[in-house]
Amino acid sequence: MTTSENSMVPSRRSFLGNTAKITLSATAIALLAGKESLAQISSKSMSQDVNILNVALGLEHEAINAYQLGAQSGLLQKAVLDVAVKFQGDHKAHRDALIATIQKLGGTPVAEKKLDDYAMALKADMLKSQADVLDLAARLELGATNAYLGVIPSFKDTGLAKVAARLAADETMHWTILNNALGRPLPAKALSFGA
Amino acid sequence: MLRKQFPAMLGMMLISNAPFANAGGDPVRGEALYESRCIACHSIDANRGGPAHKGVYGRKAGSVSDYSYSDALRMSKIVWDEQTLDRWLTNPEQSIPGQRMGYSVPEVADRADLIAYLRLRSGK
Repeated sequence: MTTSENSMVPSRRSFLGNTAKITLSATAIALLAGKESLAQISSKSMSQDVNILNVALGLEHEAINAYQLGAQSGLLQKAVLDVAVKFQGDHKAHRDALIATIQKLGGTPVAEKKLDDYAMALKADMLKSQADVLDLAARLELGATNAYLGVIPSFKDTGLAKVAARLAADETMHWTILNNALGRPLPAKALSFGA
Repeated sequence: MLRKQFPAMLGMMLISNAPFANAGGDPVRGEALYESRCIACHSIDANRGGPAHKGVYGRKAGSVSDYSYSDALRMSKIVWDEQTLDRWLTNPEQSIPGQRMGYSVPEVADRADLIAYLRLRSGK
């Protein structure tokens, strides 16, 4: 973790005072960076952060299963399938990091549902072509991008806010590739994400 | 009598005149906003990360039977309408402490348009 990242934790720690503190062994930023740092945070703030992380985890479970549905559909060309599997791998990495972080924060990670449940919620039976699969994936990736950007101000832990930004960057990359594969134009204006 | 009632009446007037996303929202723009901002977790017809929104307008908060809500939302007495949805979207945690949604909609016009869309999709 860099000096600038470390510097933000003590100031907030001081602000919070000494009430209702528990030890936070590592934040997700440390997890994703492969490093650990000690910090203390109020249990209420941490609970709110865990809630947000669990919503994010739910998104990642859904994304993994959405790509699984696409991969199993038989609608994807080999080259497209390879990209879909790669993106699914990214979401699995996100999932694993989020689970580890939630557990380290003392929370219980939200469980993955059955593939059939995701299929029903996402109306997978309506997917009739490769373009349909790509369109669904693009919608979910854009939604996830905006969701991650949107929750950044809600995190009490700035390290977790940075993690949300890094996740949003991955989702934006996914959306950009999918959007291009669908032959759609780039956003007409700057600052289109998260707005 | 009137003197005693006046502070309460004044309070009600102030509340009723408080700025909130009102019925003048544009449901067409609201649909576009829903598609870009809410779709990660919500659908109109299906429970996903968040509960289905079909019928949300006029519904008691936390009352979709097959969705697992936070205790805070499930036990709240709120019914979703223009004002409660506006307060919720402005700051969910302030609206119902202990809930799980970390996403908010800071712009009044955006909230009005989203609420107009949700109201339309609720048939209200």
